[in-house]
Amino acid sequence: MATFLIPTPLRKFAGNQSSVTVSAERMDQAIHTLVAQHPDLGRHLLDPERNIRSFVRIYVGDTDFRELQGEQTPLADHSVVSIIPAIAGGCECNLP
Amino acid sequence: MQSAMKEQSSNHAFSPDEFARYSRHIIIPEFGLDGQQKLKNARVLVIGSGGLGSPVLLYLAAAGVGHIGIVDFDRVDDSNLQRQVLFSTSDIGKSKARQARERVLSLNPHIEVTVHETRLDSNNAREIIRQYDVVADGTDNFPTRYLVNDACVLEGKTNVYASIFQFEGQVSVFNALLPDGGRGPNYRDLFPEPPPPGLVPSCSEGGVLGVLPGIIGSMQALEVIKVITGVGDPLVGRIFLFDAAAFQTRILRVSKRPETVVTGLIDYQLFCGLDQFREAEVPEIDVQAFESLRTSGEPFQLIDVREPHEYDIAHLEGELIPVGIIGEHLDRIARDRKVIVHCRSGVRSAKAIRLLQELGFQGELINLKGGILAYAREINNALPVY
Repeated sequence: MATFLIPTPLRKFAGNQSSVTVSAERMDQAIHTLVAQHPDLGRHLLDPERNIRSFVRIYVGDTDFRELQGEQTPLADHSVVSIIPAIAGGCECNLP
Repeated sequence: MQSAMKEQSSNHAFSPDEFARYSRHIIIPEFGLDGQQKLKNARVLVIGSGGLGSPVLLYLAAAGVGHIGIVDFDRVDDSNLQRQVLFSTSDIGKSKARQARERVLSLNPHIEVTVHETRLDSNNAREIIRQYDVVADGTDNFPTRYLVNDACVLEGKTNVYASIFQFEGQVSVFNALLPDGGRGPNYRDLFPEPPPPGLVPSCSEGGVLGVLPGIIGSMQALEVIKVITGVGDPLVGRIFLFDAAAFQTRILRVSKRPETVVTGLIDYQLFCGLDQFREAEVPEIDVQAFESLRTSGEPFQLIDVREPHEYDIAHLEGELIPVGIIGEHLDRIARDRKVIVHCRSGVRSAKAIRLLQELGFQGELINLKGGILAYAREINNALPVY
Protein backbone atom coordinates (compact mmCIF):
# COMPACT_ATOMS: atom_id res chain seq x y z
CA MET A 1 0.00 0.00 0.00
CA ALA A 2 1.17 3.50 -0.77
CA THR A 3 -0.54 6.82 -0.39
CA PHE A 4 -0.59 9.17 -3.39
CA LEU A 5 -1.00 12.83 -2.43
CA ILE A 6 -3.09 14.49 -5.12
CA PRO A 7 -2.40 18.22 -5.68
CA THR A 8 -5.27 20.69 -5.88
CA PRO A 9 -5.23 21.14 -9.69
CA LEU A 10 -5.63 17.41 -10.27
CA ARG A 11 -8.11 16.51 -7.55
CA LYS A 12 -11.10 16.88 -9.81
CA PHE A 13 -9.66 14.04 -11.88
CA ALA A 14 -9.39 11.83 -8.78
CA GLY A 15 -12.90 12.08 -7.39
CA ASN A 16 -12.00 15.29 -5.52
CA GLN A 17 -9.82 13.29 -3.14
CA SER A 18 -6.67 14.82 -1.65
CA SER A 19 -5.07 11.38 -1.34
CA VAL A 20 -5.56 7.97 -2.87
CA THR A 21 -4.33 4.74 -1.33
CA VAL A 22 -3.06 2.15 -3.76
CA SER A 23 -2.09 -1.43 -3.12
CA ALA A 24 1.23 -1.99 -4.87
CA GLU A 25 4.77 -3.08 -4.12
CA ARG A 26 6.50 -1.09 -6.86
CA MET A 27 6.05 2.28 -8.57
CA ASP A 28 5.02 0.86 -11.95
CA GLN A 29 2.28 -1.20 -10.30
CA ALA A 30 1.18 1.77 -8.21
CA ILE A 31 0.88 4.12 -11.19
CA HIS A 32 -0.90 1.44 -13.23
CA THR A 33 -3.43 0.90 -10.43
CA LEU A 34 -3.90 4.62 -9.80
CA VAL A 35 -4.54 5.30 -13.48
CA ALA A 36 -6.90 2.34 -13.75
CA GLN A 37 -8.91 3.73 -10.84
CA HIS A 38 -8.87 7.29 -12.20
CA PRO A 39 -8.49 7.32 -16.00
CA ASP A 40 -8.87 11.11 -16.25
CA LEU A 41 -5.95 11.52 -13.85
CA GLY A 42 -3.98 9.18 -16.08
CA ARG A 43 -4.44 11.53 -19.01
CA HIS A 44 -2.71 14.27 -17.03
CA LEU A 45 0.08 12.09 -15.63
CA LEU A 46 1.03 9.97 -18.63
CA ASP A 47 1.70 10.75 -22.28
CA PRO A 48 0.37 8.47 -25.05
CA GLU A 49 3.51 6.30 -24.66
CA ARG A 50 2.64 6.02 -20.96
CA ASN A 51 5.69 8.00 -19.82
CA ILE A 52 5.33 10.51 -17.00
CA ARG A 53 4.66 13.88 -18.59
CA SER A 54 7.46 16.42 -18.45
CA PHE A 55 5.38 18.95 -16.52
CA VAL A 56 4.62 16.54 -13.68
CA ARG A 57 7.03 15.15 -11.10
CA ILE A 58 6.35 12.12 -8.95
CA TYR A 59 8.24 11.80 -5.69
CA VAL A 60 8.56 8.93 -3.24
CA GLY A 61 9.31 10.63 0.03
CA ASP A 62 11.45 13.64 -0.84
CA THR A 63 13.07 12.20 -3.96
CA ASP A 64 11.88 11.89 -7.57
CA PHE A 65 11.25 8.20 -8.21
CA ARG A 66 13.42 8.42 -11.35
CA GLU A 67 16.37 9.23 -9.11
CA LEU A 68 15.61 6.15 -6.99
CA GLN A 69 15.01 2.94 -8.90
CA GLY A 70 12.60 4.37 -11.46
CA GLU A 71 9.56 2.23 -12.08
CA GLN A 72 11.15 -0.53 -10.02
CA THR A 73 11.24 1.68 -6.91
CA PRO A 74 9.86 -0.43 -4.07
CA LEU A 75 6.95 0.93 -2.07
CA ALA A 76 6.27 0.18 1.57
CA ASP A 77 2.94 0.43 3.39
CA HIS A 78 3.92 3.84 4.73
CA SER A 79 5.28 5.19 1.42
CA VAL A 80 4.02 8.64 0.52
CA VAL A 81 4.00 9.40 -3.19
CA SER A 82 3.64 13.08 -4.10
CA ILE A 83 2.43 14.27 -7.48
CA ILE A 84 3.86 17.73 -8.22
CA PRO A 85 2.35 19.59 -11.16
CA ALA A 86 3.70 22.71 -12.80
CA ILE A 87 1.58 25.66 -11.68
CA ALA A 88 2.09 29.19 -12.90
CA GLY A 89 -0.17 31.47 -10.89
CA GLY A 90 1.12 34.48 -9.07
CA CYS A 91 0.39 37.83 -10.57
CA GLU A 92 -2.95 38.01 -12.29
CA CYS A 93 -5.81 35.65 -11.81
CA ASN A 94 -8.44 37.12 -14.07
CA LEU A 95 -10.99 34.56 -15.14
CA PRO A 96 -11.20 33.88 -18.88
CA MET B 1 45.09 52.24 6.84
CA GLN B 2 43.24 55.49 6.76
CA SER B 3 41.72 54.71 3.36
CA ALA B 4 40.74 51.23 4.60
CA MET B 5 38.98 52.81 7.55
CA LYS B 6 37.30 55.26 5.25
CA GLU B 7 36.09 52.39 3.08
CA GLN B 8 34.87 50.52 6.13
CA SER B 9 32.97 53.56 7.26
CA SER B 10 31.40 54.15 3.84
CA ASN B 11 30.49 50.44 3.67
CA HIS B 12 28.20 51.00 6.61
CA ALA B 13 26.80 54.32 5.56
CA PHE B 14 23.49 54.42 7.39
CA SER B 15 21.83 57.60 8.55
CA PRO B 16 20.50 57.80 12.12
CA ASP B 17 16.99 57.32 10.70
CA GLU B 18 18.08 54.15 8.95
CA PHE B 19 19.77 52.81 12.08
CA ALA B 20 16.53 53.29 13.95
CA ARG B 21 14.46 51.77 11.15
CA TYR B 22 16.60 48.65 10.74
CA SER B 23 17.57 48.17 14.39
CA ARG B 24 15.60 44.91 14.76
CA HIS B 25 17.63 43.43 11.92
CA ILE B 26 20.95 44.82 13.08
CA ILE B 27 20.65 43.32 16.56
CA ILE B 28 20.19 39.78 15.19
CA PRO B 29 23.70 38.36 15.76
CA GLU B 30 23.89 36.41 12.44
CA PHE B 31 22.48 39.37 10.51
CA GLY B 32 24.04 42.48 12.01
CA LEU B 33 25.20 45.58 10.25
CA ASP B 34 26.85 43.54 7.50
CA GLY B 35 23.57 41.85 6.58
CA GLN B 36 21.78 45.17 6.52
CA GLN B 37 24.52 46.68 4.36
CA LYS B 38 24.20 43.79 1.90
CA LEU B 39 20.48 44.52 1.63
CA LYS B 40 21.19 48.20 1.07
CA ASN B 41 23.71 47.39 -1.66
CA ALA B 42 21.40 44.88 -3.37
CA ARG B 43 19.40 45.34 -6.54
CA VAL B 44 16.34 43.08 -6.74
CA LEU B 45 13.98 42.78 -9.70
CA VAL B 46 10.40 41.85 -8.80
CA ILE B 47 8.54 40.56 -11.85
CA GLY B 48 4.82 41.09 -11.39
CA SER B 49 3.36 43.36 -8.73
CA GLY B 50 0.25 41.25 -8.19
CA GLY B 51 -0.62 38.62 -5.61
CA LEU B 52 2.94 37.44 -4.98
CA GLY B 53 4.61 40.71 -5.90
CA SER B 54 2.59 42.63 -3.29
CA PRO B 55 4.09 40.99 -0.18
CA VAL B 56 7.47 40.60 -1.87
CA LEU B 57 7.69 44.32 -2.63
CA LEU B 58 6.36 45.41 0.75
CA TYR B 59 8.75 43.19 2.72
CA LEU B 60 11.81 43.88 0.57
CA ALA B 61 11.18 47.61 0.79
CA ALA B 62 10.57 47.44 4.53
CA ALA B 63 13.71 45.33 4.95
CA GLY B 64 15.79 47.99 3.24
CA VAL B 65 16.74 46.45 -0.11
CA GLY B 66 18.52 49.43 -1.62
CA HIS B 67 17.25 49.23 -5.18
CA ILE B 68 14.09 47.49 -6.29
CA GLY B 69 12.91 47.12 -9.88
CA ILE B 70 9.25 46.43 -10.65
CA VAL B 71 8.14 44.87 -13.93
CA ASP B 72 4.43 45.19 -14.63
CA PHE B 73 2.50 46.58 -17.58
CA ASP B 74 -0.97 46.09 -16.12
CA ARG B 75 -3.46 48.39 -14.45
CA VAL B 76 -5.17 47.87 -11.09
CA ASP B 77 -8.54 46.14 -11.44
CA ASP B 78 -11.12 45.80 -8.69
CA SER B 79 -10.80 42.00 -8.88
CA ASN B 80 -7.13 42.37 -7.84
CA LEU B 81 -7.90 43.83 -4.43
CA GLN B 82 -8.88 40.49 -2.87
CA ARG B 83 -5.19 39.58 -2.69
CA GLN B 84 -2.97 42.35 -4.08
CA VAL B 85 -2.50 44.21 -0.84
CA LEU B 86 -0.20 46.82 -2.35
CA PHE B 87 -3.22 48.54 -3.83
CA SER B 88 -6.22 50.44 -2.56
CA THR B 89 -9.66 51.05 -3.99
CA SER B 90 -8.53 54.49 -5.13
CA ASP B 91 -5.83 52.85 -7.29
CA ILE B 92 -8.32 51.12 -9.61
CA GLY B 93 -7.51 51.91 -13.23
CA LYS B 94 -4.01 53.20 -12.43
CA SER B 95 -0.66 51.72 -13.45
CA LYS B 96 0.25 48.89 -11.11
CA ALA B 97 3.99 49.44 -11.36
CA ARG B 98 3.70 53.17 -10.64
CA GLN B 99 1.25 52.71 -7.77
CA ALA B 100 3.45 49.97 -6.36
CA ARG B 101 6.45 52.31 -6.52
CA GLU B 102 4.55 55.07 -4.73
CA ARG B 103 3.37 52.63 -2.06
CA VAL B 104 6.78 51.13 -1.27
CA LEU B 105 8.49 54.54 -1.27
CA SER B 106 5.93 55.76 1.24
CA LEU B 107 6.86 52.74 3.34
CA ASN B 108 10.61 53.33 2.99
CA PRO B 109 11.96 56.56 1.49
CA HIS B 110 15.56 55.37 1.95
CA ILE B 111 15.40 53.04 -1.05
CA GLU B 112 15.30 53.52 -4.82
CA VAL B 113 12.61 52.02 -7.01
CA THR B 114 12.75 51.69 -10.80
CA VAL B 115 9.60 51.00 -12.78
CA HIS B 116 9.72 48.83 -15.91
CA GLU B 117 6.23 49.39 -17.25
CA THR B 118 6.55 46.86 -20.01
CA ARG B 119 5.64 43.30 -20.92
CA LEU B 120 8.72 41.17 -20.39
CA ASP B 121 9.64 39.37 -23.61
CA SER B 122 12.57 37.74 -25.36
CA ASN B 123 13.75 41.13 -26.67
CA ASN B 124 13.99 42.96 -23.35
CA ALA B 125 14.28 40.30 -20.62
CA ARG B 126 18.06 39.90 -20.58
CA GLU B 127 18.70 43.63 -20.71
CA ILE B 128 16.36 44.30 -17.77
CA ILE B 129 17.45 41.31 -15.66
CA ARG B 130 21.15 42.14 -16.25
CA GLN B 131 20.73 45.32 -14.17
CA TYR B 132 19.87 43.37 -11.00
CA ASP B 133 21.50 40.91 -8.59
CA VAL B 134 18.48 38.75 -7.75
CA VAL B 135 15.14 38.18 -9.47
CA ALA B 136 11.85 37.38 -7.69
CA ASP B 137 9.49 35.78 -10.20
CA GLY B 138 5.83 36.29 -9.37
CA THR B 139 4.34 36.04 -12.84
CA ASP B 140 1.18 34.25 -13.78
CA ASN B 141 1.84 32.23 -16.91
CA PHE B 142 4.11 29.54 -18.25
CA PRO B 143 5.69 31.49 -21.13
CA THR B 144 6.94 34.18 -18.73
CA ARG B 145 8.06 31.57 -16.18
CA TYR B 146 10.32 29.94 -18.75
CA LEU B 147 11.45 33.29 -20.14
CA VAL B 148 12.47 34.54 -16.67
CA ASN B 149 14.18 31.25 -15.89
CA ASP B 150 16.16 31.17 -19.12
CA ALA B 151 17.14 34.84 -18.92
CA CYS B 152 18.36 34.30 -15.33
CA VAL B 153 20.39 31.28 -16.43
CA LEU B 154 21.94 33.22 -19.31
CA GLU B 155 22.67 36.30 -17.18
CA GLY B 156 23.87 34.30 -14.18
CA LYS B 157 21.22 35.60 -11.78
CA THR B 158 19.51 33.82 -8.92
CA ASN B 159 15.78 33.37 -9.53
CA VAL B 160 13.68 33.19 -6.38
CA TYR B 161 10.58 31.40 -7.62
CA ALA B 162 7.09 31.19 -6.18
CA SER B 163 3.84 30.02 -7.70
CA ILE B 164 0.30 29.53 -6.47
CA PHE B 165 -2.93 27.87 -7.50
CA GLN B 166 -6.13 27.76 -5.45
CA PHE B 167 -4.82 26.41 -2.09
CA GLU B 168 -1.41 25.28 -3.31
CA GLY B 169 1.90 27.13 -3.21
CA GLN B 170 5.44 26.37 -4.36
CA VAL B 171 8.70 28.16 -3.47
CA SER B 172 12.25 27.46 -4.60
CA VAL B 173 15.55 29.20 -5.31
CA PHE B 174 16.74 28.52 -8.85
CA ASN B 175 20.09 29.04 -10.52
CA ALA B 176 21.75 30.02 -7.24
CA LEU B 177 25.49 30.55 -7.09
CA LEU B 178 27.00 27.52 -5.36
CA PRO B 179 30.16 27.53 -3.20
CA ASP B 180 32.03 25.73 -5.99
CA GLY B 181 31.19 28.54 -8.44
CA GLY B 182 28.59 26.50 -10.30
CA ARG B 183 24.88 27.14 -10.40
CA GLY B 184 22.09 25.24 -8.65
CA PRO B 185 19.11 23.63 -10.39
CA ASN B 186 16.77 25.87 -12.36
CA TYR B 187 13.09 25.69 -13.30
CA ARG B 188 13.80 23.53 -16.34
CA ASP B 189 15.47 20.95 -14.09
CA LEU B 190 12.15 20.70 -12.28
CA PHE B 191 9.81 20.95 -15.26
CA PRO B 192 11.65 20.64 -18.60
CA GLU B 193 8.54 21.56 -20.57
CA PRO B 194 5.28 23.37 -19.82
CA PRO B 195 1.91 21.65 -19.94
CA PRO B 196 0.05 22.15 -23.21
CA PRO B 197 -2.58 24.91 -23.02
CA GLY B 198 -5.77 23.77 -21.41
CA LEU B 199 -4.48 20.48 -20.02
CA VAL B 200 -3.53 21.63 -16.54
CA PRO B 201 -6.05 24.05 -15.09
CA SER B 202 -4.63 27.53 -14.76
CA CYS B 203 -5.02 29.99 -11.93
CA SER B 204 -7.35 31.88 -14.22
CA GLU B 205 -9.72 28.93 -14.38
CA GLY B 206 -9.40 27.84 -10.79
CA GLY B 207 -8.86 31.02 -8.83
CA VAL B 208 -6.74 31.43 -5.74
CA LEU B 209 -7.46 32.02 -2.07
CA GLY B 210 -6.49 35.63 -1.46
CA VAL B 211 -4.34 35.04 1.60
CA LEU B 212 -2.27 32.33 -0.12
CA PRO B 213 -0.09 34.70 -2.17
CA GLY B 214 0.41 36.65 1.06
CA ILE B 215 1.89 33.55 2.70
CA ILE B 216 3.86 32.29 -0.29
CA GLY B 217 5.01 35.77 -1.35
CA SER B 218 6.30 36.40 2.18
CA MET B 219 8.34 33.21 1.93
CA GLN B 220 9.63 34.38 -1.44
CA ALA B 221 10.75 37.66 0.16
CA LEU B 222 12.40 35.66 2.94
CA GLU B 223 14.40 33.64 0.42
CA VAL B 224 15.45 36.79 -1.44
CA ILE B 225 16.78 38.24 1.82
CA LYS B 226 18.59 34.99 2.65
CA VAL B 227 20.20 34.87 -0.80
CA ILE B 228 21.37 38.49 -0.53
CA THR B 229 22.69 38.32 3.01
CA GLY B 230 24.00 34.77 3.03
CA VAL B 231 22.10 34.20 6.26
CA GLY B 232 20.48 30.79 6.71
CA ASP B 233 20.03 28.01 4.20
CA PRO B 234 18.07 29.07 1.10
CA LEU B 235 15.86 26.63 -0.82
CA VAL B 236 18.57 25.73 -3.32
CA GLY B 237 18.06 22.27 -4.80
CA ARG B 238 14.81 21.98 -2.89
CA ILE B 239 11.22 22.99 -3.46
CA PHE B 240 8.85 23.93 -0.67
CA LEU B 241 5.21 22.95 -1.12
CA PHE B 242 2.29 24.30 0.88
CA ASP B 243 -1.24 22.94 0.84
CA ALA B 244 -3.21 25.63 2.65
CA ALA B 245 -6.42 23.58 2.74
CA ALA B 246 -4.83 20.67 4.60
CA PHE B 247 -2.16 22.87 6.19
CA GLN B 248 0.48 20.46 4.99
CA THR B 249 4.01 21.44 4.06
CA ARG B 250 6.65 19.38 2.27
CA ILE B 251 10.17 19.99 1.05
CA LEU B 252 11.31 17.90 -1.91
CA ARG B 253 14.70 17.66 -3.56
CA VAL B 254 15.37 19.14 -6.98
CA SER B 255 18.43 17.88 -8.84
CA LYS B 256 20.17 19.23 -11.90
CA ARG B 257 19.46 17.33 -15.09
CA PRO B 258 22.43 17.01 -17.41
CA GLU B 259 20.17 17.42 -20.44
CA THR B 260 18.95 20.85 -19.26
CA VAL B 261 20.89 23.36 -21.34
CA VAL B 262 19.81 26.94 -22.02
CA THR B 263 21.68 28.50 -24.93
CA GLY B 264 19.46 31.47 -25.77
CA LEU B 265 15.99 32.90 -25.45
CA ILE B 266 13.30 31.44 -27.69
CA ASP B 267 9.71 32.17 -28.70
CA TYR B 268 8.01 31.30 -25.42
CA GLN B 269 4.45 31.61 -26.75
CA LEU B 270 5.36 28.99 -29.34
CA PHE B 271 7.22 26.89 -26.76
CA CYS B 272 4.10 26.81 -24.59
CA GLY B 273 1.87 26.01 -27.55
CA LEU B 274 -0.03 29.28 -27.27
CA ASP B 275 0.48 30.40 -30.86
CA GLN B 276 -1.07 27.18 -32.12
CA PHE B 277 -3.82 27.63 -29.55
CA ARG B 278 -4.58 31.13 -30.81
CA GLU B 279 -4.53 30.15 -34.47
CA ALA B 280 -7.50 27.84 -34.12
CA GLU B 281 -10.05 30.61 -34.62
CA VAL B 282 -13.73 29.90 -34.07
CA PRO B 283 -16.79 31.69 -35.48
CA GLU B 284 -17.74 34.65 -33.33
CA ILE B 285 -20.68 36.94 -32.70
CA ASP B 286 -20.33 40.25 -30.88
CA VAL B 287 -22.72 41.21 -28.10
CA GLN B 288 -24.61 43.77 -30.23
CA ALA B 289 -25.36 41.18 -32.90
CA PHE B 290 -26.17 38.65 -30.19
CA GLU B 291 -28.69 41.05 -28.63
CA SER B 292 -30.30 41.56 -32.05
CA LEU B 293 -30.51 37.79 -32.44
CA ARG B 294 -32.14 37.50 -29.02
CA THR B 295 -34.81 40.00 -29.89
CA SER B 296 -35.34 38.78 -33.48
CA GLY B 297 -37.23 35.66 -32.54
CA GLU B 298 -34.86 33.49 -34.57
CA PRO B 299 -34.44 30.19 -32.74
CA PHE B 300 -31.03 29.51 -31.23
CA GLN B 301 -29.55 27.75 -28.23
CA LEU B 302 -27.40 29.59 -25.69
CA ILE B 303 -24.87 27.50 -23.80
CA ASP B 304 -22.96 28.82 -20.79
CA VAL B 305 -19.71 26.89 -20.24
CA ARG B 306 -18.75 28.52 -16.93
CA GLU B 307 -18.91 26.87 -13.52
CA PRO B 308 -22.13 26.79 -11.46
CA HIS B 309 -20.78 29.28 -8.89
CA GLU B 310 -20.09 31.75 -11.69
CA TYR B 311 -23.58 31.21 -13.08
CA ASP B 312 -24.95 32.15 -9.66
CA ILE B 313 -23.19 35.53 -9.84
CA ALA B 314 -24.67 36.50 -13.21
CA HIS B 315 -26.11 34.68 -16.21
CA LEU B 316 -27.84 35.22 -19.55
CA GLU B 317 -30.33 32.38 -19.08
CA GLY B 318 -28.12 30.02 -21.05
CA GLU B 319 -28.01 26.27 -20.50
CA LEU B 320 -25.19 25.58 -18.06
CA ILE B 321 -22.70 22.96 -19.29
CA PRO B 322 -19.22 23.63 -17.79
CA VAL B 323 -16.39 23.32 -20.29
CA GLY B 324 -14.80 20.52 -18.27
CA ILE B 325 -17.72 18.18 -18.91
CA ILE B 326 -19.10 19.44 -22.21
CA GLY B 327 -17.61 16.50 -24.11
CA GLU B 328 -19.85 14.17 -22.12
CA HIS B 329 -23.02 16.16 -22.92
CA LEU B 330 -23.09 16.31 -26.71
CA ASP B 331 -26.71 15.14 -26.63
CA ARG B 332 -27.73 18.41 -24.97
CA ILE B 333 -26.37 20.57 -27.80
CA ALA B 334 -28.73 21.49 -30.62
CA ARG B 335 -27.95 20.53 -34.21
CA ASP B 336 -31.02 22.09 -35.82
CA ARG B 337 -30.28 25.72 -34.97
CA LYS B 338 -27.48 28.13 -34.15
CA VAL B 339 -25.67 27.46 -30.89
CA ILE B 340 -24.15 30.48 -29.16
CA VAL B 341 -21.53 29.48 -26.59
CA HIS B 342 -20.39 31.90 -23.91
CA CYS B 343 -18.28 32.15 -20.78
CA ARG B 344 -16.92 35.08 -18.79
CA SER B 345 -14.61 36.65 -21.37
CA GLY B 346 -14.86 34.41 -24.44
CA VAL B 347 -11.71 32.34 -23.87
CA ARG B 348 -13.24 29.22 -22.31
CA SER B 349 -16.16 29.22 -24.75
CA ALA B 350 -13.72 29.29 -27.69
CA LYS B 351 -11.91 26.37 -26.06
CA ALA B 352 -15.23 24.52 -25.68
CA ILE B 353 -16.07 25.06 -29.37
CA ARG B 354 -12.64 23.76 -30.44
CA LEU B 355 -13.14 20.72 -28.24
CA LEU B 356 -16.60 20.04 -29.70
CA GLN B 357 -15.18 20.41 -33.21
CA GLU B 358 -12.40 17.94 -32.37
CA LEU B 359 -15.03 15.53 -31.10
CA GLY B 360 -16.71 15.73 -34.51
CA PHE B 361 -19.77 17.71 -33.41
CA GLN B 362 -21.79 18.66 -36.50
CA GLY B 363 -23.65 21.87 -35.84
CA GLU B 364 -23.31 25.65 -36.01
CA LEU B 365 -21.25 26.70 -33.00
CA ILE B 366 -20.64 30.43 -32.47
CA ASN B 367 -18.58 32.05 -29.73
CA LEU B 368 -19.95 35.10 -27.91
CA LYS B 369 -17.06 37.55 -28.27
CA GLY B 370 -16.04 39.06 -24.95
CA GLY B 371 -18.44 36.81 -23.04
CA ILE B 372 -20.76 37.96 -20.30
CA LEU B 373 -18.27 40.72 -19.41
CA ALA B 374 -18.80 42.39 -22.79
CA TYR B 375 -22.56 41.88 -22.49
CA ALA B 376 -22.56 43.59 -19.08
CA ARG B 377 -20.40 46.41 -20.40
CA GLU B 378 -22.27 47.11 -23.64
CA ILE B 379 -25.81 45.84 -23.21
CA ASN B 380 -26.81 45.48 -19.57
CA ASN B 381 -24.88 47.49 -17.00
CA ALA B 382 -26.97 46.03 -14.18
CA LEU B 383 -25.30 42.63 -14.53
CA PRO B 384 -22.67 42.04 -11.84
CA VAL B 385 -19.15 41.57 -13.22
CA TYR B 386 -16.42 39.54 -11.56
